[in-house]
Amino acid sequence: MSDELIERVRKVIAASKRIPEDRVTVDSSFEELGIDSMDAVEILFALENEFDISIPDEEAKNARNVRQMVEGVEKLLAAKSAGTPTAQ
Amino acid sequence: MRRVAITGVGVIAGPGRTAGEFWSSLLEGRTAIGPLESVDCSGIRFQNGSEVRGYSHSPYFEDRRADFMDRFAQFAVIAAREAVADAAIVWTPELRENTAIVTGSCVGGQSTEDLGFVEVYKLTHNRVHPLTIPKTMANAGASHISMEFGITGPSFTISTACSSAAHAIGQAAWMIRSGMVDLALTGGSEAPFSFGILKAWEAMRVVSPDTCRPFSRDRHGMILGEGAGMLVLEPWEAAAARGARIHAELVGFGMSADACHITQPSAEGAARAMRAALRDAAIQPEQIGYINAHGTATAANDPTETAAIRSVFGAHANKLAISSTKSMHGHALGAAAALEAVATILSLRDGMLPPTANYRMPDAECDLDVIPNKARPAQVEYALSNSFAFGGLNAVLAFKKA
Repeated sequence: MSDELIERVRKVIAASKRIPEDRVTVDSSFEELGIDSMDAVEILFALENEFDISIPDEEAKNARNVRQMVEGVEKLLAAKSAGTPTAQ
Repeated sequence: MRRVAITGVGVIAGPGRTAGEFWSSLLEGRTAIGPLESVDCSGIRFQNGSEVRGYSHSPYFEDRRADFMDRFAQFAVIAAREAVADAAIVWTPELRENTAIVTGSCVGGQSTEDLGFVEVYKLTHNRVHPLTIPKTMANAGASHISMEFGITGPSFTISTACSSAAHAIGQAAWMIRSGMVDLALTGGSEAPFSFGILKAWEAMRVVSPDTCRPFSRDRHGMILGEGAGMLVLEPWEAAAARGARIHAELVGFGMSADACHITQPSAEGAARAMRAALRDAAIQPEQIGYINAHGTATAANDPTETAAIRSVFGAHANKLAISSTKSMHGHALGAAAALEAVATILSLRDGMLPPTANYRMPDAECDLDVIPNKARPAQVEYALSNSFAFGGLNAVLAFKKA
């Protein structure tokens, strides 16, 4: 996980949830940040736009904290640059 | 207060184009969920829905009349015609004035609106079809029903997302009870299959990639459905006096608001609506034998609904039979409660409970008797039909065997 990637994901989460960016760390859980299921769906939408990726529902379900979101985005970006289709 | 008799039912939906066809499919546990034909789903993460397959207006409406009606309004009139014929209503000018129409719809004619907006936004044409507004409005179903039969009494539409038809039916029942009207046509209709609406549902990540498996541990979300269900309500005494066949009695209506979250359901709010329906019907929880559940098969609804049922029914929850017929007709949004009201009414009438189809494995959080996959004969005296909408607006109807 590059620092730059973590930074961008943190920014997206903070902007979507409208909380100060310094509250969002790579170790924050959704629970700590007060992110409920609808908030999470909005964050996924913002991440898809930010990184021009498509996050499958199954991947989305597994992400319960910031670290998992960063890892998920990283995986999809790698697949994108390798030119493999990532989602339907 | 007058008692409310249900003397007519009408349905058009994925499982059947008449109430009879719909009911036979449900009792066979046959799901209408399959690949959508009316929308190209190749750019969408899900492909399935419960559709009125091969539908065309032509057996039902002349071309020129159909020009004025979105699919959802056509469904409303088709179901209303069947319900009126089923009740063998003989219209007089007086009766037409004393009849109410209360319909439910969540999205109205949004597929018409979608087409119009494609014209201006995508194709950059400079104009939208002039009938876009009258076809899109959510009250178009009620309006076309009024024109169909010449009904001139109080007529309107209620929009409370997935509870729309339950709120409509409950409101119509009160109009009969109070003596405001002598007949009511009520239910809901919906035709939500357009690319734009499906993309919006996809973004919510609540739609299943395969099918709808309510209360099953491997459920993956809801499946959308389309159609309409309509009921004819009349005062019990009047129905009995004219020798009408009474399918069942509508004995209670309970409503509540979660006041909690715009999409997350609340067990407490759901429980309050069920208690309100029991109180309105003046019956005890132990008298209920069947519940047609809201049962959307989302991660959140099914455990929440189970918890709500346990809190209202206590030990009796273990003796209750419940099922979600959404496993067969999909979630028809503003028409859902009407289709489910018909299923509940016919369960009482015929002594057969429809199953929860597509059920595969028990979930400890949904540990009720959900009538898995196979219909069950059971003589039930009282039944509930639950509807818990996005926005936390809940409506529960209570029915009694006639």
